[in-house]
Amino acid sequence: MKEILQKYEPVIGLEIHAQMKTKTKAFCRCSTEFNAPSNSNVCPVCLGHPGVLPVLNEELVNFILKMGLATNCKIKERSIFARKNYFYPDLSKGYQITQFETPICYGGYLDIELKDDTKRKIGITRIHMEEDAGKSIHDFSDDESLIDFNRCGVPLIEIVSEPDIRTIEEATTYLNKVKQLLVYLEINDGNMEEGSLRCDANISIRKKGEEKFGTRTEIKNLNSFRNVADALEAEFNRQYEVIESGDKVYYTTMTYDATLKKTSPLRSKEEAHDYRYFPEPDLVYVEVNENKLESIKNELPELPEEKKLRFKKDYLLPDYDINILVQDKELSNFYEQVTSNLATKNEKTFKTSSNIILSEVLRVLNDEKIDLKNLKLKPVNISELIGFVSRNEINNNTAKDVFNEMFTTGKNASEIIKEKNLIQVSDDNLIIEIINKIILENKSEADRYKSGESKLKGVLVGKIMKESKGKANPQKVNELLDKLIEN
Amino acid sequence: MAVSIGEVENISKLAKLKFNEEELKKLQTDLNNILEYIDQLNEVNLDDVEPLENINELVNILRKDEVMQWLTQKEALQNAPDKTGNYFRVPKVIDK
Repeated sequence: MKEILQKYEPVIGLEIHAQMKTKTKAFCRCSTEFNAPSNSNVCPVCLGHPGVLPVLNEELVNFILKMGLATNCKIKERSIFARKNYFYPDLSKGYQITQFETPICYGGYLDIELKDDTKRKIGITRIHMEEDAGKSIHDFSDDESLIDFNRCGVPLIEIVSEPDIRTIEEATTYLNKVKQLLVYLEINDGNMEEGSLRCDANISIRKKGEEKFGTRTEIKNLNSFRNVADALEAEFNRQYEVIESGDKVYYTTMTYDATLKKTSPLRSKEEAHDYRYFPEPDLVYVEVNENKLESIKNELPELPEEKKLRFKKDYLLPDYDINILVQDKELSNFYEQVTSNLATKNEKTFKTSSNIILSEVLRVLNDEKIDLKNLKLKPVNISELIGFVSRNEINNNTAKDVFNEMFTTGKNASEIIKEKNLIQVSDDNLIIEIINKIILENKSEADRYKSGESKLKGVLVGKIMKESKGKANPQKVNELLDKLIEN
Repeated sequence: MAVSIGEVENISKLAKLKFNEEELKKLQTDLNNILEYIDQLNEVNLDDVEPLENINELVNILRKDEVMQWLTQKEALQNAPDKTGNYFRVPKVIDK
């Protein structure tokens, strides 16, 4: 791909569908609960029975306005819904209610930051409201499918970017940023695997330096960050080969096969859908006035960028730590719960808290494949552990061991430290005693260190720490060893 | 602007309806008559008129986000022409 990128560049736009975390569906009062028994959350409206009328869920409007404001969108004062007509068994009415010509949010953007610290602005064309379809089960038999309409009518917002994305890293970074905002706003659970966040990618390629866009294709239903990246790469390479062989790229809907790592056409041009959009006569205008916008603005929670600034100011953490903590809303909340329970609050304990979370907590979450909310250790338990470190009663290495013990046994830090007698030895006399013993036992190393072989200090400190069973205060050991060697 | 037979065929295909040649011709005549009638509107100058997107001038008819169970699972499925377990059963349609 590298060589091709010297000659061609991809032009990418993403369409992200996010399921809204409302309690009820977009146009009826059925529950949106996930994993309910099939066809138990349905009613005449979402089953498409004749003579019923949809009524818009107020919360869906609130949620989409939050996302619109968080992505710097303009808000349409007056918008309407449209019918998108097509026949598919999981679409009960024979049309999907969506917004077509007048999306409620439009003309926004997001700033993204890439690994090499460059910043890019990605335009957002529009964000609109629509409803989801039901679920088909195709592997039931060769000629019949089963349908569950529980998901039919569940509210979605579709976030459509401008074709501003130029690399795969930009695509996944932008997608991640959108997901992060959705989760911070508490309007979507950010779960791509379960399908509550889905992505379609539009891509075309053009010769470097060319102004005009090439013909795009659209890759449907990408359900993980990995798939978005891999599918874009596969489609980039496919289009490159088509063009290099002298052929033309045609607008096609593509599907991506993650096992073969290949894109292939979903339907041909002749069968291209004709959705015959028209204004939905069963729903009335949606109007958003200044008061409404003001009240939504006031309801907006702290968003990642503001949180980063606050973390820098309040906790004096390095950017590296802040970026990882704030990336995940739950993780940053966890951090703040740990620090709020600290007996001593200062730059050092704030940093120790961050260290324990970034190295130990994230490690066990990863090893055990669990979420923060399933972690049995509570923030207050970790605050207690950090208390021992800040009082110099245990050192950082011992803290890691205690943390592991806490995680496996569920015991408190104080219990473990007491049981195992781990309180650090800071008493000079005790440490001097151990140092003298080690110097005596390792006379040649000690002499060589004294005569200037500084690397031997590590060896000696190691032996001293071992002799103390890891309990000696390392700082004291360092100081006292030098003092004793001098004499 | 006259509708061709091809267009009538396409519209019926999209609506999943099948017609014989005679019916298609009749539909073509009907559709053209309707369009011709509507074309009269083109004689009116509408330069300064906003398109009317909804016949109803009502705004913001919204409801609270509160769950109400309307049907039981059994009721939901009772009119299904075909079902298997608690699923609607339909002829297979797969895009690919």
